[in-house]
Amino acid sequence: MMNIVDRRPNPKGKSLSNRQRFLARARAEVKSAVQNALRKRKVADVEHGEKVAIPTRGIVEPVFHHSRRTGRAEHVVPGNKEYLRGDEIPRPTGGGGRGGSEGSPDGSGEDAFEFTLSKDEFLDMFFEDLELPDLVKKSLRETFAFDLQRAGYTVTGSPSNLSVRRTMRNSMARRISLRRPKQWELEALREDIEEARQRGDEDEVKKLALELDRAEFRSKIIPYIDPLDVRYNRFERVPRPNTEAVMFCLMDVSGSMTEAMKDLAKRFFMLLHVFLIRRYRHVDVVFIRHTSTAEEVDEETFFYSRETGGTVVSTALEKMLEVARARYPTDRWNIYAAQASDGDNYGADSGRCVSLLGGEVLPICQYFAYVEVGDGMGGSLTGLARDSDLWRAYSEVAPAHPHFAMRRVGDPSQIFSVFHELFAKGGVRA
Amino acid sequence: MPDKLSAPIARLEASAPLFSGPNWDYASLRQTYDAIERIALDELGLDVYPVQVEVITSEQMLDAYASVGLPLMYRHWSFGKRFAFHETLYRKGLQGLAYEIVINSNPCICYIMEENSMTMQTLVMAHAAFGHNHFFKNNYLFRQWTDAHGMLDYLSFARDYVAKCEERHGIDAVERVLDAAHALKDHGVNRYAHRGKPNLAEEQRRAEEWQAHAEATYNDLWRTVPGAGKGKEDLDAAEARLQEIKRELGLPEENLLYLIEKRAPRLEDWQRELIRIVRLVAQYFYPQKQTQMMNEGCATFVHYEIMRRLHDKGLITEGSMLEFLHSHSSVIFQPDFDDPRFSGINPYALGFAMMSDIQRICQDPTDEDKTWFPDIAGGGNAYGVLRHAWANYRDESFILQYLSPAIIRKFRMFAVSDDSSKPALKVEAIHDDIGYRRIRSALSRQYDLSRREPDIQVVDVDLRGDRCLVLAHYVHDGVLLAEKSCRAVLRHASVLWGYAVKLLEIDAATDKTLKTYEVAQPG
Repeated sequence: MMNIVDRRPNPKGKSLSNRQRFLARARAEVKSAVQNALRKRKVADVEHGEKVAIPTRGIVEPVFHHSRRTGRAEHVVPGNKEYLRGDEIPRPTGGGGRGGSEGSPDGSGEDAFEFTLSKDEFLDMFFEDLELPDLVKKSLRETFAFDLQRAGYTVTGSPSNLSVRRTMRNSMARRISLRRPKQWELEALREDIEEARQRGDEDEVKKLALELDRAEFRSKIIPYIDPLDVRYNRFERVPRPNTEAVMFCLMDVSGSMTEAMKDLAKRFFMLLHVFLIRRYRHVDVVFIRHTSTAEEVDEETFFYSRETGGTVVSTALEKMLEVARARYPTDRWNIYAAQASDGDNYGADSGRCVSLLGGEVLPICQYFAYVEVGDGMGGSLTGLARDSDLWRAYSEVAPAHPHFAMRRVGDPSQIFSVFHELFAKGGVRA
Repeated sequence: MPDKLSAPIARLEASAPLFSGPNWDYASLRQTYDAIERIALDELGLDVYPVQVEVITSEQMLDAYASVGLPLMYRHWSFGKRFAFHETLYRKGLQGLAYEIVINSNPCICYIMEENSMTMQTLVMAHAAFGHNHFFKNNYLFRQWTDAHGMLDYLSFARDYVAKCEERHGIDAVERVLDAAHALKDHGVNRYAHRGKPNLAEEQRRAEEWQAHAEATYNDLWRTVPGAGKGKEDLDAAEARLQEIKRELGLPEENLLYLIEKRAPRLEDWQRELIRIVRLVAQYFYPQKQTQMMNEGCATFVHYEIMRRLHDKGLITEGSMLEFLHSHSSVIFQPDFDDPRFSGINPYALGFAMMSDIQRICQDPTDEDKTWFPDIAGGGNAYGVLRHAWANYRDESFILQYLSPAIIRKFRMFAVSDDSSKPALKVEAIHDDIGYRRIRSALSRQYDLSRREPDIQVVDVDLRGDRCLVLAHYVHDGVLLAEKSCRAVLRHASVLWGYAVKLLEIDAATDKTLKTYEVAQPG
């Protein structure tokens, strides 16, 4: 006879721990493969998994097997079309499975092992040696929110926290141990009395009546639920760490910023965003764009609408301070900011930028990254290219503030390495 | 099958199809199973374990792939590697998943995937729950080597034991032992059935016989024969003692893992148990490796017969039959050697062709068949002959016995010899009268596990010296071991043995040592 069992509800991912072990074992190889993959990759794909090929070193499972290059062997293969006995066939090159009859034993012939990393695994690998600077808030008046967490039972409490199950369990235990007569036992006794009475067996009636009296008495003095039984759920208040972060994206959208530059900036912002949401439970993003004036906009407008006008960077910093004061008090929010610009600024404004940044913006920020985007010139040419106005101005601020970093990016391929440098453990600063 | 007879057989003759449309449900699964069961038992005469059909998702199927087809397995990174590999192929669409997996156990567990259509489920049940199941229950190798009743229990013990070891000794320590044992697992099987335990009474009787023989043939004169110096006698005695020790160790021994498990000087008990687990799992797969072609051939033949009969009885629709034929013909597709899809002989194709061929020879033989197979040609009882073959052969002997010229012609097989000392391959035989026998024996050798896998034995443990473990690879036809992997495996072996390990490549014909590998004692 057949038996059908539905195994579909069984726990999935039985191989998960094996997979993790495999990744751990191949860590070094996978990591370099990830770095390679990143160079080719668009930021828009950052949320996807990645196919990686790693060298088999370290994950080979060797077995004894015959070398195909020695000795004599005879193979039988199907599909003869033209050969006659005695024909000679040039030896197939490459030594693969072709021409022979057996595949290479257990993958020992492979040079690279190809598989797909899931999104999480990929990002884990990518962000592995990065850390967010200043995860600890410096502000002393940091207040914690509290979460309630179950913490067993108590004998006192408010009725709303009554644990019915636990109470009834105690009550039942007590009733059993004190042998409180059950309702049906009393009923049975009464029926017996009635029966005996009808039979006219007075002795029996008397005896049973006595028993009934005793039972009723017991059931009166042993309460169904005693205050002793009552239990309440107990809750503890546990402080909830500050898990909210806000990320300010500041960008120059003046005429001098080309589409390519904006694209670079966008990539950087996206990467930062992905990074932040891995660390914080909730991340708000505020987009502030500026020309000669600054305004807070939505993402679509931020990246895609065209604007013309001059460039006054300080307006963006002011706007940011304004928004932060209004909506993101530092005791509740971790503030991160990233600014992208081509470095142009209205001449007289740079000084004001420096004082704003050093005096007001940086003290409330966990981290502030300034990325100067160029049009393909590349950060590698920094030494030769003339420093921009803003770069020179910000350079004054940088030394005094370890959580301020500045970098140049000229080409999409550099985004990842720049990002990596900015957040590498141990904090590189400009 | 207790209630086989209670259901009226006449119901089978009903011409209403068992199901229509692609969706399956439990009721139609059960109904179809019953119909298949009646055909399989009454008409094909199969003998099967009770069946348990388990429905799983494709993800669970991938899991099962990773743990080499077993429903539970201990944890090891190599299974994760296999999982990652198959998952990639599957997600890229390069590889479809198997429709089923069947476990050689009692009851026979047969996994079917939820996304299969009802026709596919029918096919799968016929294929796995009856074809493979019959083969598992009846083939002599499985009967001799695997304990169908205990396998799942043992695996669950193994999984828990490995987990406990990891907890106690750390994942790395466990992994080291398992890695090493995995490298030797092909050499961890007993190739000959149950070596009898040394029987004390028997040993004593033999010792007494020797004693009696020595006394009976004692001749004092031998003592006076000059020449044999006293020193030489001592040497002989020492040599004899050594031989004695070797015999006690059971050398030469081809089950490397067994010898290491029992004799390695430095292993702890839990490490020996881990080796034992790997060894027993390898032993479980030993019959499967030797019968893959027959096993698949048997299952494919059975599902084909059953589906055909279901269709003849009007129990499945024309549409289902076409769907079945489509997938059946892709299963038994054999690409030619020069086709990019070629990766060896497809065991389904060859197996199915041979089974059908035997049926043809029994029922409708040609003159050629009568000369080649005088004992079965025209005998009529095809299922009887097949059942006999399924029970008593393995791939190698089956081919040697039953590969007919018709099949050789059908596959257009040819034999090429590959001599590494010559620049070109040479065609030795093609599908003609002179070539049949040569092709048949060459193909049979190709399926012979003892030729496919290197012949490696433990020949010595240098107990007087540095306890070096000496392995010998007996070289046939000049085929040496692949060097790189050989060194790697020897390193693993030395981890388990605890001392240096040496491997000699010895020509089996001339006893000449061709090559020596040495791996020092692990640090």
